[in-house]
Amino acid sequence: MFYSFKKPPRSDTPRAWFLHGVKGVFSIPAIILISSFIGFGALARELGWGLAETTLITATIWALPSQVVFIGSLAGGATLAATIIAVALSAVRLLPMTVALVPMMRDEKTPKTVLYLTSHFVAVTAWVVAMRFLPEMPRHARVPFFAGFGATLCLTNIAATAISHSLTGAMPPMLAAALFFLVPIYFLTSLTAAARFRGEVYALVLGLVLGPAFTFIIPQFDILVAGAIGGTLAYLAHRLTKRGAKPL
Amino acid sequence: MTPAEWPPILVVLIAGALPTAVWRWLGVALADHVSEDSEILVWVRCVATALVAAVIAKLIVFPDGALADVPMIVRFLAIAVGYGAFFLAKQNVLAGVLTAQGILIAGILLTPLFNGG
Repeated sequence: MFYSFKKPPRSDTPRAWFLHGVKGVFSIPAIILISSFIGFGALARELGWGLAETTLITATIWALPSQVVFIGSLAGGATLAATIIAVALSAVRLLPMTVALVPMMRDEKTPKTVLYLTSHFVAVTAWVVAMRFLPEMPRHARVPFFAGFGATLCLTNIAATAISHSLTGAMPPMLAAALFFLVPIYFLTSLTAAARFRGEVYALVLGLVLGPAFTFIIPQFDILVAGAIGGTLAYLAHRLTKRGAKPL
Repeated sequence: MTPAEWPPILVVLIAGALPTAVWRWLGVALADHVSEDSEILVWVRCVATALVAAVIAKLIVFPDGALADVPMIVRFLAIAVGYGAFFLAKQNVLAGVLTAQGILIAGILLTPLFNGG
């Protein structure tokens, strides 16, 4: 019923691997993300954003938490400068995510332009899927797979955003709440499933606790500080327990 | 809603798209100096994971839109039981998601506030 990334395509060509990624739009993570974007279209409309702008937000920002920060910030009356800072801070996580992904994805022949273009698709869902399944794929398969999956996921969600914005003017609050709730539970479980070493599990726990904690201390920089402090503590704990620790 | 002197499309590009894209481009540029099995990448992965976890926790503790009307206890119970179900089902993402949604919807239905109160 759902598409599985575990089964490799029959032929080992770049085209086949690209299509493997395209078909990934029928996988569980993709379907959950699409549901979340249906929620986003409804939220943007509720906050007064038009159809064209809302669709453009999904197409160009392509990171759900940052999109929510963007529409929420301006709807809350923030200035352009404050919004730029808030969005930039909410998107800082894309930097370490990209740094972690690119060395795993590229081979010696991958052109720089291709890496810059495909980097647009770095967002939690595609990143988690990539970190989990790329190591099992031959190196030449990784860029075509990620490009196919990322591009299809992005295009499908642009459509999902536009459709939900057009149709869901009167979405029942319970449905909207359920759709918004998909994002955290899905991110949490898939991030856990993608963890490859002990340090990442520590980082996950520390980030969960420190994120809301720092909202009370430094609300503008909470995510950033929670990530830097939580991640560094997790790394140190990982180093300290490395000897004798079982790999996950 | 948006600063009046700016067309909304420009606001999206300048205040939304650009501050997101720079991090991805910077990430590609920096990745050149990092090899796949280097120690610094272990730290980078830890920071990236903690950042995403912080975003997740904030979505639950300080939600936007319709979710903000759902009592905190219902949100906590849904995420905790869903996460437990995910582990019980041998790290099955779908099991976790469906359980969490079940608890959330049951909680909403049981909250008089949502039943037209």
